[in-house]
Amino acid sequence: MAVVTEFQKAAYVAGQAADARVNVEIEAEGMTLNIGPQHPATHGTLRIVVRLDGEQVVWAEPVCGYMHRGYEKLTEVRTYPQVTTLVNRIDWLGSFANEVPFILAAEKLMDVEAPPRAQWIRTALFELGRLANITLFLGDMGVQLGALTPVFYAFRDREHVLNLIEAATGGRFHPNYDRIGGLKEDLPKGWVTEVKSAMSRIRTFCDEMEDLLVGNEIFETRTRGIGLVPAAVGLEYGLSGANIRASGVDWDIRRDEDSPLAWKHCDWKVWTHPDGDCFARYWVRLQEVREATKIVEQLLDGLPSGPIQAKVPRIIKVPAGEAWVHTDNPLGEMGYYVVSKGGLGPFRTKIRTPSFSNISILPWLLRGVYVPDVITILASLYFILGDIDR
Amino acid sequence: MAELPGLIKGLGVTLRTMLRPAVTVQYPHEKETPPTRSRGVIALKEENCTVCMLCARSCPDWCIYIEGHKDKAPPRREGGKPRTIQLLDRFDIDYGLCMYCGICVEVCPFDALFWSPEYEYSEVSIAELLHDKERLGDWMKTVPEPLALEAGAEVKKGAKN
Amino acid sequence: MTAALHLAYWQTTTIKVLVVMGVIPLGALVLAYVFLLKMMSHMQSRLGPMEAGPHGVLQLLADAGKFLQKEDVFPERADRAVFALAPVVVLMSAFLLYVVIPAGPRLTVSNLDTGVFFALAVSSLSVLGVLMAGWSSANKYSLIGALRAAGQLIAYELPLVLGVVGVVIQAGTMSLQGIVQAQAHGALLGFKTLGEPYILPQALGFVLFIVGAQAELTQTPFDMPLAETELVAGYMVEYTGFRFLFFFMAEFGTAFAFAAIGATLFLGGWYVPGVHGTAADVLGPFVLGAKIMLVSFFIFWFRFTYPRFREDQLQAVAWKYLIPLALVNILVTGLLKVVV
Repeated sequence: MAVVTEFQKAAYVAGQAADARVNVEIEAEGMTLNIGPQHPATHGTLRIVVRLDGEQVVWAEPVCGYMHRGYEKLTEVRTYPQVTTLVNRIDWLGSFANEVPFILAAEKLMDVEAPPRAQWIRTALFELGRLANITLFLGDMGVQLGALTPVFYAFRDREHVLNLIEAATGGRFHPNYDRIGGLKEDLPKGWVTEVKSAMSRIRTFCDEMEDLLVGNEIFETRTRGIGLVPAAVGLEYGLSGANIRASGVDWDIRRDEDSPLAWKHCDWKVWTHPDGDCFARYWVRLQEVREATKIVEQLLDGLPSGPIQAKVPRIIKVPAGEAWVHTDNPLGEMGYYVVSKGGLGPFRTKIRTPSFSNISILPWLLRGVYVPDVITILASLYFILGDIDR
Repeated sequence: MAELPGLIKGLGVTLRTMLRPAVTVQYPHEKETPPTRSRGVIALKEENCTVCMLCARSCPDWCIYIEGHKDKAPPRREGGKPRTIQLLDRFDIDYGLCMYCGICVEVCPFDALFWSPEYEYSEVSIAELLHDKERLGDWMKTVPEPLALEAGAEVKKGAKN
Repeated sequence: MTAALHLAYWQTTTIKVLVVMGVIPLGALVLAYVFLLKMMSHMQSRLGPMEAGPHGVLQLLADAGKFLQKEDVFPERADRAVFALAPVVVLMSAFLLYVVIPAGPRLTVSNLDTGVFFALAVSSLSVLGVLMAGWSSANKYSLIGALRAAGQLIAYELPLVLGVVGVVIQAGTMSLQGIVQAQAHGALLGFKTLGEPYILPQALGFVLFIVGAQAELTQTPFDMPLAETELVAGYMVEYTGFRFLFFFMAEFGTAFAFAAIGATLFLGGWYVPGVHGTAADVLGPFVLGAKIMLVSFFIFWFRFTYPRFREDQLQAVAWKYLIPLALVNILVTGLLKVVV
C-alpha cells in the first residue's frame, strides 16, 4: 500500500479546486466560453476557459494536460539511448533541438565530450530545427489572423529544411541523430551545398512574409499594441526565447552561456524589440529565422574535419550524479535536469519546456482583451501542445 | 521612391505566386524519392541473424518478436565437432507500434537489420502491419548502398570511399 | 416581349424562374471552382483538386453528392423550426438578387424602376437568416458569429448604398437596365463610340462598392462572422449535409450576384461597344459573365491575400473612413451633375 504524503494530498485538493473553478458554467454574469480543447486556434488540445462580457474577456484560465504523455516518467524506465527517441516528440516541429540538451546533460554526467565536428554538426542541425519550427510559425500566425495564404508558403519552404534534416538523419520529424559522445553517422556527400540553396530559399520566404504580412496595414492594426508584455512581468512569469526578447530583454542562452555547442564560433546577432506586443514577437522571430540561416551557413563553411564520435562504452551506464543543461530552443528556454543513480537509464528527469512557462502568462495577459485578440495572443506566444503537456 | 502600401505589396506576392508553377507532387501518379537515409521500413537479412535478441531488448516500445532454437550444423573442418548454431523461427516487427527510432538497426552486432527508404506499405487492417520474417526479408531488395560521406569526415578502416 | 414570340404571362414567368434557378447553382459552381479551388490553390503554389474530372472540374459535384448523403443533424437543444428555416432564408435572399440583373437589352426577369434599391434591400435579408442560424443552433460560437454578422452587415450596408448613390446620380435612374443604357450612351471625354463605363468617373464609388460587397459577403478581410480560427465557423458551426450546402451555395450565389451588380453598375453590364439589338441579347450574357469574372477576381484576390480585421476595427473603418468618403463622393458627383 502506497503511502500518501501530505504534499500529495494538498496537490490533489488543489487540483480539485482548479477543476471546480473551470467547470462552473454559469456564474453571476457574462458568458463562459470554452476555447478548446478542440479548437483550430489551439493547434492541439489546449483548453482555455474564458468568461466573456460581450466580446471582452473578463477572466481566462488555460487548462492543460489533455495531451499529457508522461515523458518525464517514461524516461525512468528507458535506457539513455532510448530516451532521445522519446524527447524528439516533445516539441515536434523543432524536434532535433529537443534531444541536444538531454544528450549534453548525459555527456556532462559521464564526463565525455563529443569531438568538435560532431558539435558543429549538432549546432547546424539545431538551427535547422529552429528554422523548421519558426518558419511554420511565421505562416501560422497569418492563418490565425485570417490570411490563408502565408501558411502554405510556410509549408512549401519548410519542406526544404525537412528534406535536409531527413537526408542527414533519416527522420523528418524525429531525427534521433544524437548519441552520447557524438552523432549517429557523418553527413552525406553533397549535403552542404544543398543546405546553402535551401538557406537562400528561406531568406526569400522571409522577404515574402515581410511583403505579405508584416507590411500589411491590416496585420499591423491587428497586432500592434495587442498582448503587451512588459519586460518585468514577462520575466516574472518565466517567459523565455523570442517571447521575452520581444519585450526588450536582451537574453539568449546560446550567446550568454558557455556551452560545448558551436554558436560561439559564429558571428550573429540577438534581435530584440522594445514593444513587447504581438507584432514585436512576430518581428523578432522573423529576424531569428534570418539569423539562423546565417549561423547554419557559417557553421558549414567552417566545419572542422575529424571523428564524430568520442569513445564511450558500448553499454552506456551513467555514473551517479545530477546535471542541468538548458539551451535556447525555437520556443524558448528548454532544459533537462537529469538525476542518475548509476543505472542504464535516468533515475529522474525534469524537463523544463518553454511553452509551459510561456502560456502561464495567459490569465494575466488575456484579461480585458477581445475574443479575436485572444487568438492573436495565443498565436504570437507560439506554443506547441506537446511542449506544454510533455 | 515612395514605399508601396503593404496592402498592394501583398497582392503582388500572391499574384506572382499564382503565375509560377505549383510545387504540388501528384502523389499516386508521380512520386518523390525519399533520401537514401530515410527510415522507411526495416529489412532483415535472415542468414546474418544469430537470435541474440539485442534488437528486441533495446527496442523502446518492444515491437520486435523473436523466437529461435539451437541446431547442429556440420563442422567447418573435416573431423571437427559439429557446430551449434541458432536458427530463427520467428522474427516479427509490428509497425503499428514501431517508432522508427532505428535503435535496433544500430545495436545489431552482425548486420542483420537495415533501413530501407520504402514507405508504401500501409494496410487496411492494423493486424497486417505485423511483418513476419519473409516479408522483412523481401525488403532487403530495396536497401540502398550507404552514402558517401561529406568532405572532412573520418574514414573508417575498411570502408570504401 | 419580343415581336415573334408571344407567350402568356405564366409561361414567361416559369421560364424566368427556371433560368434563375439554373443560374444560381451554376454561378456558384463556377465561382467556387475557378476562384476557391483553382485560383486560391495556385496563389498558394498548390494545384487544388485534380482527380475528379480533368483538373478537378467535377470536384464540387462530388462534394455536393457527399453533402446530400450526409445525415441531417439537429443539435439537441436547437430550435428545430428556426434551425431548419435559416439556410432557406439565406438562399432566398441570394435568389431574389437575380430578379433585377439585366443580361441583355431584354434579358431580365423584371426591370424594376428601383432596381438598385431592390437589390441592396434583398441582399440584407440574408442577415435575418444568419441571425436565425446563429441563435437557433444553441451554440455560443454560433451566437457570437451571428451577432458579429448582424453588426457588420448593418455597418457596411451604408457605404455600399452610399457608394452606389454616385452612380445613380450620374445615370439619373435607379433601374439597372437604365444604368446600363446610360453607360452605353454616355460619352467619355467626348468619345461617344466606347460608351462610358462608370468605373472611370466613379472610381471611388467602385472601391467603396468592392469593400462593402466584401463585407456583405463576409469574406476576408471582413470574415469575422465565420472566422474559422476564432469562432470555428461562426453561425455555420452546427450545420451539416444539405443545410450546409445551402449556406455554401448562398455564399457563392451571392458573390456571383454582387459581382454581377458591380459589373452592371461600373463596367457597363452586358453592353459591349458596337453591338445593338438582338445581337446584344445573344452576346449580353457572355459579356456580362466575363465582366462578372473580372470583378470576382478582385473580390477573391483580396480574400486570399489579407488577414481579417477585428470587429471593432471593422466598425471603425466603416464609420470613420468609408461613410465620409462615400458622402464626399455623392457631394462631388451631385455638384458636377448640376454644373455640367
